[in-house]
Formats: sequence, structure tokens, C-alpha cells
Amino acid sequence: MINSKFFFKGFKSIKGVGSPAIALGASFIAIGALLKNLGFSVQESIFSTFMIYALPGSLVMAESMLIGASLVNIFLAVWLVNARLYPMTVALMPLLMHKDQPRWKYYLSCHFIAVSSWLIVKDNYELIEKENRIDFWIGIGTATWSVAIFSTVIGYIASDFLNKDILIGLAIINPIYFTCMMLGAMKTIQISLSVVFGAILGPAFYFFSPEWCILFGGFIAGTVAFLIGERNGQ
Amino acid sequence: MANNILIVILVTSFATYLSRFLGVVSAEKIKETSKMFRWFNCLAYSTLAALITRIVIFPSGSLNEIDYSIRFTVVVLSIAIFFITKKNLVYPTLFSAIILSVFSSYL
Repeated sequence: MINSKFFFKGFKSIKGVGSPAIALGASFIAIGALLKNLGFSVQESIFSTFMIYALPGSLVMAESMLIGASLVNIFLAVWLVNARLYPMTVALMPLLMHKDQPRWKYYLSCHFIAVSSWLIVKDNYELIEKENRIDFWIGIGTATWSVAIFSTVIGYIASDFLNKDILIGLAIINPIYFTCMMLGAMKTIQISLSVVFGAILGPAFYFFSPEWCILFGGFIAGTVAFLIGERNGQ
Repeated sequence: MANNILIVILVTSFATYLSRFLGVVSAEKIKETSKMFRWFNCLAYSTLAALITRIVIFPSGSLNEIDYSIRFTVVVLSIAIFFITKKNLVYPTLFSAIILSVFSSYL
């Protein structure tokens, strides 16, 4: 059903110099502590990372609960903040799909799409022949997802020991990791321009709309980068 | 409250899975060699870049308490370490966390 050789090849991505484990661990430790302070039980915290596995979504959920937002508002806020997962999925799945593979694998494994796992598979998919990529991806996804769930538990248990200074240290790890990964991914004109324009327009649009700046900024930046890249032969 | 938390988790996970699910539905009709695919690839990278710089420049949580110039310096130094260590991701991430914790406790 799942080729274990390629699954474990993907699973091993959490080891080594490119490991996302520290970055993922740091953020989900913070999430675990946050959920505990919100009144979640340890089971509920585990369930939440198990089911959501998207950092900004969990943060929005926590913020919404603090202000007592309605379920509809929580749904809309989370959907908006996680809408970036849509272009990420469209930009990944065609690379993994193969006619010999069952479709359920795509619909199940799309749950693993998060920034870290996505950047890893985008960086490494060419090493694997197309037929086996989905199993390789499921390995990467399972590994990063497990780290996230495990770290949530650690954060929950350790929350009393996590003071403000430690939390600030944990909070910077993720953006630094992602920044470095993005810089490493800038291999074509289109991707390089997308990253540079996105980095400028995202914060710039914040002055007009903090809620929509990432989607608006990202959309315009990506489209302009695409058009310039196409004109220059990618 | 216990029931409430479960329902909130389910609503949040549904809202999150929706984008992933619709992404797979769309992807079934898109070839990896098509222009459409390249466009979405650009959108994905630009949206991520927008998200990450927003977190650094306009943070919402505890990072907010650190002065902008310190955050900026830490990011630049971490990027330098990333390139000096031949794109090792462990050193810059650990460095950033330690240096920022130190800044935060002594400044």
C-alpha cells in the first residue's frame, strides 16, 4: 500500500543539517504552553495539533477563544489565515501524483501540508522518481506531524517553566528557519522574484489591511513574478 | 467548556483542511508542466514570503516586545550564519533563539 523504503526515506528528513525538527518543535512547544493556559486538557491539546497541524490556524483559534468569538467567526478567521495552504497544495500535488497511485493518498496526505514539510519536499522531490514520490511525501509529513504533536505535549507539560524570555527565543526560531529555507529555495527567476516581492508586499499591505495583507500581497507579488519569469523564459 | 473546546478544535481543523482539500481537487486538473502550475508555484512562494516577513516585522505574540532594530539585526546575523555554514539550518535557528533570549533578559 505504502512503499516503506520511500516512506522512511522521507521520514528521515527530520534528521541532519536541514532538519525542521528544532523549528517545528520550538513553535509547537509554545502552542502547547498556550493551550494549557487557555484551559485545554492535555488530550485536547494533542487532539488539536493532530487535527489542525497549521501553526497560524492554532494561534487564531486560541486568540478567538480568548475574546469569545462565535464558531462562525472562528471558522472564517482560521480559513482566511490558512488560505495560503490552497496555492501551496496546488503547487505541490501535481508533482506527487502518478496514475498508479490511489487517490486516497492525496486526500489524506494533504493534511501534512504545512510550511516546513512543504519546503522540504519541494527541495527534495526531484531525487525520487515520480511513481514513489507520494510515499516519500507521506514519510516527510508523518515525521514533521509527529514532531509537532510530541512538542505540543512537551510544551503543555513544561508550560510552568517557560518564562517570557524563553518564549521570545522560541518565537524567533520559526521565522528564521523559514527565512533560511526560502533563501535556499531561490533557484529560478520566478521563485526568487516571488520570494523578494512577497517579502516586500506582504508587510507593505499590512498598512491597508492586517487581515488580508498576506493573501493580497502574496497574490500580486506571485503574479508579477510569474509574468516577469514567463517573459524571460522562466 | 470541555465540549466547547472539542467543537472549536473540529471547526478549526475543518477550516484548515478545506484549503488543503480544495488544493488537491484543483491539482488533479493541473499538469506540472503547465503555466497554471508555474503561476501557483509563484503564488505559494510569494504568500509564504509575505507571511514570514509579516511575522518578523509585525509580530503578534511575544516577539512584539522586542525592539524592531534588534529583531532586524538577529534576522540579518542568522542569515549570514546560514550562508557561512554552507546552508546549515540548525546553527542559525539555535543562534537566533539564544541571542534573542539573552537580549530579552538583559535589555
